[in-house]
Amino acid sequence: MSRSFSAELVKLVRRPATWLLLGITLALSLIFTYLFPYAGVAGEAAGPNTDRALPAMLPDHLVGNSLGGLPVFLGAILLILGVLTVGGEYAWGTWKTVLTQGPTRLQVYAGKLLVLAVAALAVVLAVFAVGAVAAALIASAEAQPVRWPAATDLVTGVGAGWLIATMWAMLGAVLAVALRAVALPVGLGLVWMLAVQNLLAAIAAPLVDWVATAQEGLPGPNAGALAAALGAPGDTPGVAAVVGGGQAALVVAAYLVVFASAGAALLRRRDID
Amino acid sequence: MNLPVQTEGLSKRYGGLTAVRNLDLTVRAGEVYGFLGPNGAGKTTTLRMLLGLVRPSAGSVRLLGRTPGAGRLTGVGALIEGPAFYPYLSGWDNLRVTARYAGVGADRIATVLDLVDLTGRAGDRYAGYSLGMKQRLGVAAALLKDPRLLILDEPTNGLDPAGMADMRTLIRRLGAAGRTVLVSSHLLGEVEQVCDRIGVIAGGRMVAEGSVTELRGSAGLRVLADPLDEATARARELVGVDRVRVVDGGLDLAVEPDRAAWLNAELVGAGVAVRELRPRERDLEQVFFELVERGTADVA
Repeated sequence: MSRSFSAELVKLVRRPATWLLLGITLALSLIFTYLFPYAGVAGEAAGPNTDRALPAMLPDHLVGNSLGGLPVFLGAILLILGVLTVGGEYAWGTWKTVLTQGPTRLQVYAGKLLVLAVAALAVVLAVFAVGAVAAALIASAEAQPVRWPAATDLVTGVGAGWLIATMWAMLGAVLAVALRAVALPVGLGLVWMLAVQNLLAAIAAPLVDWVATAQEGLPGPNAGALAAALGAPGDTPGVAAVVGGGQAALVVAAYLVVFASAGAALLRRRDID
Repeated sequence: MNLPVQTEGLSKRYGGLTAVRNLDLTVRAGEVYGFLGPNGAGKTTTLRMLLGLVRPSAGSVRLLGRTPGAGRLTGVGALIEGPAFYPYLSGWDNLRVTARYAGVGADRIATVLDLVDLTGRAGDRYAGYSLGMKQRLGVAAALLKDPRLLILDEPTNGLDPAGMADMRTLIRRLGAAGRTVLVSSHLLGEVEQVCDRIGVIAGGRMVAEGSVTELRGSAGLRVLADPLDEATARARELVGVDRVRVVDGGLDLAVEPDRAAWLNAELVGAGVAVRELRPRERDLEQVFFELVERGTADVA
């Protein structure tokens, strides 16, 4: 599997789309977590985020602020990365090139999942790092004390962020295997994450009891609950404490395993066209 | 002895369609074997089954004596249904990635690029390659493992005449180096020029197998003589009625070509004017179409 991992790593690092997605992730994280809220505070304008006062942007809120985007928007980007990593082989017809070199399908797929897990960690670390710089700059500009979260909180936050990010990447991977393409899995994945999840939470769950109950078992709400448990602002889309942090972590981890296993089983069973 | 390629009763069904049926294919060590058939005959499906990309519905496959499982493609290189690489990587980087999957050192990349004459363009992005360059890169990837068995599926597809000639030369060179080469094609001339032995597939079935000479069938003689009726009658007396056919104003005789001088003397002695007497070989194209027609009709 180490051969497959090193090959996948080269492909991921050399692919321009990877860096574009990382750039978009960091830009979205900065803009919506720090830039707009800070503009509101600095301009003393009333708006939808006026409840996010200056203290919420300071370094001691780094963990929550860094995790807030992962249940929906940043998660969607990780899903796209997962689709691209696996679906690209279908789009370019390169499965045959790879597999005729000798590795088994599961070795190649494991290499891909491992690379996605590493990429998810890199993305989360980058979001934390950029957030730390932004929070420190805001604290400095506003003459506020710079107090960083405890190391254990940081490690827990990065771990939770990695769990959520990796789960979405695995969902992208399994969708790519199931649909043997790139465009359709990206489209369906985004519709689920950005539209269906929010409609369920905002419209269906308050009206129908079983939908509200079912939400507690879905990946998005559990990712949101995990982020909420670690301090993500409650007004962030997708962030809500529908279940406790421990249960949410378990459910997200279970989805990660299920998505990874389902993709592997499908890939192993099907013919490569 | 482990045969490089051996299938027994290999079949593949897609719903109601049988793409390959009960195929027994044997490729011997060191030969260049041509897998010939029209488009849609089942060639690529068969090769995909050999390489484990497609699971057979029935039958067995052995490559270099190994059955399906981990490590079965050790010593096997393949280019299936055209080259496919990552467009954002250079030719060199594509081979670097491919070599990592194969567990081959990067030092091998320069060797295979040199073999396919692509060294000068190795740093260019794959997306900018011509079809011929892509095809050569595909062959280079197939050679990374320095394979004992090389499987090439329609390697000249899309190439211009010069590219096709280059590819044929390369295949002959690879075969001469002691490798076993299995090359599929729908181009008769291609396999005729390159291959030691040919298997003809039609309608998913192997309809004939042998050397070019064997497939052509026994040689004979072509005779143009006057008067034709008298020549026909005398020839039938000499070699037998069932060995003489009147075709296009002449005689096709199913006899060994070394009997030409004797036959000429006998016909002239009988008062027949012989205008032309030459060895006759069956056109392989004619043989191919007959075989394909027969194979397709049997399936129908």
